[in-house]
Amino acid sequence: MKFVDEFREPELVTRTAEEIRRLADPKRHYRLMEVCGGHTHAIYRFGLKDLLPENIELIHGPGCPVCVLPMGRIDDGLSLAEDPNVIFAAFGDMMRVPGAKGSPLEHKARGMDVRIVYSPSDALKLARANPDRHVMFFAIGFETTAPSTALTMMRAKAEGMRNFSVFCNHVTIIPAIRAILDSPDMRLDAFIGPGHVSTVIGCRPYEWIVKDERKPIVVSGFEPLDMLQSIVMLLRQLRDGEAKVENQYKRVVPWEGNRAALRAMAEVFQLRPYFEWRGLGFISQSALRVRDEYAEWDAERRFSVPGVRVTDPKAAQCGEVLKGVLKPHQCKLFGRECTPEHPIGALMVSSEGSCAAYYNYEHRKAAMVNILSQTA
Amino acid sequence: MAHGAGGKASRRLVEGLFAPLLFGASTEPLGDAAHVSVGGVPVAITTDAFVVKPLRFPGGSIGELAVNGTVNDLAVSGAKAETLVVSYVLEAGLPSEILEAEVRAMADAARKAGVQIAAGDTKVVEHGKADSMYITTTGIGSPMRGIKLDPRSVRTGDRVLLSGPIGDHGITILLARGELDLEADLRSDTRSVLPLVQALVRAAGPGLRWMRDPTRGGVATSLNELARDCGLGITLHEEAVPVRDAVRGACELLGLDPLHIANEGQFLAVVAPEYADAAINALNLAPGGEDAQIIGEVSEQPAGSVLVTTSYGGSRIIDMLVGDPLPRIC
Repeated sequence: MKFVDEFREPELVTRTAEEIRRLADPKRHYRLMEVCGGHTHAIYRFGLKDLLPENIELIHGPGCPVCVLPMGRIDDGLSLAEDPNVIFAAFGDMMRVPGAKGSPLEHKARGMDVRIVYSPSDALKLARANPDRHVMFFAIGFETTAPSTALTMMRAKAEGMRNFSVFCNHVTIIPAIRAILDSPDMRLDAFIGPGHVSTVIGCRPYEWIVKDERKPIVVSGFEPLDMLQSIVMLLRQLRDGEAKVENQYKRVVPWEGNRAALRAMAEVFQLRPYFEWRGLGFISQSALRVRDEYAEWDAERRFSVPGVRVTDPKAAQCGEVLKGVLKPHQCKLFGRECTPEHPIGALMVSSEGSCAAYYNYEHRKAAMVNILSQTA
Repeated sequence: MAHGAGGKASRRLVEGLFAPLLFGASTEPLGDAAHVSVGGVPVAITTDAFVVKPLRFPGGSIGELAVNGTVNDLAVSGAKAETLVVSYVLEAGLPSEILEAEVRAMADAARKAGVQIAAGDTKVVEHGKADSMYITTTGIGSPMRGIKLDPRSVRTGDRVLLSGPIGDHGITILLARGELDLEADLRSDTRSVLPLVQALVRAAGPGLRWMRDPTRGGVATSLNELARDCGLGITLHEEAVPVRDAVRGACELLGLDPLHIANEGQFLAVVAPEYADAAINALNLAPGGEDAQIIGEVSEQPAGSVLVTTSYGGSRIIDMLVGDPLPRIC
């Protein structure tokens, strides 16, 4: 498969892993944060940690938009869909995220009309096909998915569609990275930068990280070779005492970002003064809301939203895991009360949540260092 | 819905509710068919309901699945299907052409598989229930001689064999629903695996420990069930598992793992190491078995789990399916 197989080529992977071993200074302990949930998933899926030396530690960042969504927002969205006239449409990743009264899938089992869509334009198609019903699209995601939501709302406006609205939970990545760096319990050496967000925002928005914080960042692709090469680039910068923004994912990410996408976002959205992030608290200017010109397609203004604030169970340590302070298995509930089948927090449900990735791929391996020598 | 998906929730439902109440004090591990005695004559019996949507799809239809699925459950339990009985639940208003097409499909599939359909029953429910039609088939068969299948007989060093490429059926169905703007040159793999099973039994019968057809929940779920039942570990070599490019591509795009996708024309077998070569050769030589592969082996660790190794020394644990496969968002 083009663009996949070349970046998984076993010999190249092995050689790049050897280069990492050569570059890693045995006297140093490296703490590299991968911001994006997609990278967390890739690390576990491809078993990349097995290829890294002991003194390189990968810390999982908060780049999973499902994971950082507070439970109250899910409850708000579901309460809007309780009206039998409403169809609740969302990405598959949202379906098992627990709200206070159950996940969207559980609501579906109780009779609510809940549909999985693969893009916001599918939700618009649903609205066209069901003129007597109202379709509400529960929008989540960083800048990666916000442009397609924006374009869909522009289309809805242009076509004068009255039976479609968006419940907007889009968030932006830079404030999340800032919150991590401002956190007193954080000690990071460098960042593996988000790949898909950067296709929209480009690489410039990361320049303050290298200027103000002197931490290298390499924007990375998602295949094994992409991530390993990014680690090579970071190790070289750290070895040479440098701090710059580099783009490893050049085949997809343009340095200046995607102007058309950014224009669409600016047309439909503006920044909320503040927004609550699970685990990170309230962060100012970190999330998008729908502009007045599109109020008619903003579910929060079309309907009255309860505005529920639900606190996480006290024992759940989602916040610390999100910030990378705790590893998933260090949370008291991990693998016991909180598993993929009955998750307490979204980090265990979302395919990009660090707890789910760790649980699905890693935790039972922890005792078996011998396997690799047997099967090598 | 998760309770019907074939993964963890399904297993809990069966083990927690059905088995204790229906199967009494039996300590036998749950298999694909029951081997019982009727008037002293050993007989295998199994039943399955088919609720696929859409009814027709590239490579087959619900009627074919209903025949092949039951024939296959008997085959992997070590029995040759002889007779089927069928029950239809039909939605009022179902066009008669559709019903006739499925009945013909069943008759054809039964002829190809060498089974008789001996009796049937039909019920009609109101419009809006039964999603056009549900079909249940119950099959009885004669146990094959010279084999004794039991997960508890599995030993470290045994080899895991797979009869052919995985994921074709599940992805075909997903695409046939038309909800995704995705096209692929794919067909369901529905077929009777009995001839391949018979070839395997002829070549490696004494060394054959266990078989299963990886339907809902896929290869990963079936092998996790085995690992749990035998208390040993299973190590799969990712690059040895046959997957068609179209399936791989669709899975990449949707964030699905081929190891969790349903199959309707494949089976897994565990064979003692000294019989492994004879087994795989027999499969490769039999019609329809050209793509069969040895995909892994039984190991001490990870006890009760399945480990997948990559071609460059990385590895990951793969669990049973939880819920229904859901694609990623970004």
